[in-house]
Amino acid sequence: MTQQLDLAGISDVLVTSALAVLSLALVLYAIAAALARTGPARGPRVLAPVGGVPRHADDKGRPARTTSGRATSTGRAALALVIMGTVLVCLAVLARGLAAGRAPWGNMYEFGLTGSAAVSVAFLLYLRGREVGGLAAWLVAVVLVLLGVSVTSLYTPVDDLVPVLNSRWLVVHVAAAILSGALFTVGAVATTAHLVRRRGGVSDDDPFADLAHSVHLVAFPIWTFAVIAGAVWAENAWGRYWGWDPKETWAFITWVLYAAHLHALSTAGWRRGASLLAVAGFLAFLFNFFGVNIWIPGLHSYAGV
Amino acid sequence: MESQESRASGAQGVAEPPLRGLDRGTPPKPPSELVAWARWAWRRLTAMRTAVVLLILLASASVPGSLLPQRGVASDPSAVPIYYREHPDLAPWLDRLSLFDVYSAPWFAAIYVLLLTSMTGCVVPRCARLWREVRSAPPAAPRRLSKEDGYMSGEVDEAEDALEAAARHLRRRRFRVVRHGDEVRAAKGQVRELGNLAFHLSLLVLLVGVAGGRLFGYEGRVAVVEGSTFANVASSYDALTPAPWADLATLEPLEFTLESFAAEFETEGPRFGEPRGFEALVSYRSTEEGEGTFAVRPNRPLDIGGTKFFLTGHGYAPELTVRDGNGDVAASGPTIFLPVDQTFTSDGVVKVPDARPRSLALQGLFLPTGVEGPEGKGVSAFPGLVNPIVQLSAYTGDLGLDDGSPQSVFTLDFTDLDRLERNGEPWRASLAPGQTVRLPDGLGSVTFDGVSRFANFQVARDPGKEISLVAAILLLGGLTTSLAVRRRRVWVRRGDDGLLEMAGRSLSRRPLPPDELMMLAAAVGLSGGTDERRKGER
Repeated sequence: MTQQLDLAGISDVLVTSALAVLSLALVLYAIAAALARTGPARGPRVLAPVGGVPRHADDKGRPARTTSGRATSTGRAALALVIMGTVLVCLAVLARGLAAGRAPWGNMYEFGLTGSAAVSVAFLLYLRGREVGGLAAWLVAVVLVLLGVSVTSLYTPVDDLVPVLNSRWLVVHVAAAILSGALFTVGAVATTAHLVRRRGGVSDDDPFADLAHSVHLVAFPIWTFAVIAGAVWAENAWGRYWGWDPKETWAFITWVLYAAHLHALSTAGWRRGASLLAVAGFLAFLFNFFGVNIWIPGLHSYAGV
Repeated sequence: MESQESRASGAQGVAEPPLRGLDRGTPPKPPSELVAWARWAWRRLTAMRTAVVLLILLASASVPGSLLPQRGVASDPSAVPIYYREHPDLAPWLDRLSLFDVYSAPWFAAIYVLLLTSMTGCVVPRCARLWREVRSAPPAAPRRLSKEDGYMSGEVDEAEDALEAAARHLRRRRFRVVRHGDEVRAAKGQVRELGNLAFHLSLLVLLVGVAGGRLFGYEGRVAVVEGSTFANVASSYDALTPAPWADLATLEPLEFTLESFAAEFETEGPRFGEPRGFEALVSYRSTEEGEGTFAVRPNRPLDIGGTKFFLTGHGYAPELTVRDGNGDVAASGPTIFLPVDQTFTSDGVVKVPDARPRSLALQGLFLPTGVEGPEGKGVSAFPGLVNPIVQLSAYTGDLGLDDGSPQSVFTLDFTDLDRLERNGEPWRASLAPGQTVRLPDGLGSVTFDGVSRFANFQVARDPGKEISLVAAILLLGGLTTSLAVRRRRVWVRRGDDGLLEMAGRSLSRRPLPPDELMMLAAAVGLSGGTDERRKGER
């Protein structure tokens, strides 16, 4: 028992440290942005240069010009902190899982915690080698919000599962939901950035849109799998694979909106609409996690706030 | 439908009217207005943008069902009546719009039927076109290779050898390859379209599976008290909702006895009282599977010949013996009390129409762990059986059982009942196991003998289940294939000036695999090549 308590405590400490490290990273990103702006730059900074994306851009998505070296090194330090924060969150997830003696996604807090880790990892994997460095600060902010909300509002001490959750399918179904959710998050941030840049005159051919697309292409099948695994589990637990429980309904809505997004992408002249649909799909996903668990009574309500 | 031939029109369904069959055999006069109209409507329906609009409609139409109470959705069967009581003006209107049965509403069905039609009309002609394409050779190289998505050029020592090497390399990489004069033409990734077709058709299969359950399946609920036996015939169920064509006369012949039921609850910490484990030990007898015992637990149903019994709930059944005014036992044995809260405070009634001189009815509240609550009212502090208490009030009069109208066993019809009183106060009693209390006016006595538990079983038979599972696997496989495989063409051409050019074109929205041309260049010994990747031109 003492060992369990220790691990849970360690997990909590790791989460707090990760919050601190990621906040610091965010501050550094802000400083880097400020330095880049006040550096010997040409004229007023434009978020999206008119006439397309510059071929070569630095890791802040802006033209690699004479931005001060300090800005670049600050950005690099921020990235190092993000990596460190990610490692801390992953360790926190690991400790939590060991403390509970099961997969660490049995309640909303653990879902948020593991989700934060997944978003950070996805973010680091996907942003490598792409001209979308400007997203880094935003994604760190999203991770901070998710982790912060999990710690302050959703926190629950390590505990056993209610019987109906005690199934192998919990591991598979929820893991797939977390993974696709993390990818949807990266996709939504990139899509939002793309939408903002469109207003600045960027065309369809935008590295942010490319990033969003490649993320969605992976996330959508995983989400499909999560829904199917959920249906199989529901059949095993309640005797029907689909019952239009609010959670199932919103999973379905999310799926349909992302399907609409993918179809709209290949409809001529609907690229902006397609982006809006992707954002709508993400909002449906968020509502499914927060709204349905908190406000709507249903079979999934035991998920534990 | 996700990918499109990048250079073809965006809305694929429009490209080719699939109604050609209609005007087969008609003379070459302009088609009648009706045909033209039908053709126009079909083209509209099968256009990609129609599919997108229908998808958005489908998503929006699903929303009200999650916000309003729904009939036939498992969580709370009384949600709709409660809503009716709380919103007496609004509810009938919502009901008229089928908003309490959204997922079986005609307008909901209209959306998905249109969507499936649109989808089929879009995908099938497209796949027919693709099939023709697959059987023909990879197409000739465009005149200006440098305008393609990927392009490399450079000098080679032996152009002919290089072309051979390129063909070999591409074949090894599972391209379909033809040599034609000075060029090598290759194509790969048609399986993407197969996946696309599988994905979309799987939705039709899924519809068949869902329909199977909706037309031939049934769902039932039954509460079984410890020690009693359930026989699988329609009349044994507490609730049974059969599909229109379900055959209830031939239910799986079986019976089972609930030998014991065990529940564990958290006894410490902030989650005090939360369930930790349930187990219903049953012994079953079936003509098909013989006899046996089985521990039914959450996520572990009893499955006999495809009929599954799921443990979905439990509660207490206090054993009350009622003696009437003549001293005869008028009622005895366990009575199911329905839990009303997390600590299993439970409600129940005992109807004793045969008590003499006057028939009796008891209304009771059962507290598994009774403690003194606020205002002296008894409450249950824990869902487990620590200090069982049953609190009773009693009625006499006409129970309304003889007029033939159906009545719930869990409620009393108070119209012709009088509450028993003592000294002008309503009579109440609070009993612990083993205690007996006398009713006022010499009407008899009640003994609280002990407590049994009951288990709630959800019973389901869905003959379309396996079809739906196959559809789901097909759906996932098709989707993954159609999103992961990149369909593309590669050309290698020898120029007159001894220059070797190679180019790749992506036929989906995703770029060419990085390094594909580089590796091809390395395989043919292209030196000093330049890699020019173009990303635009979608």
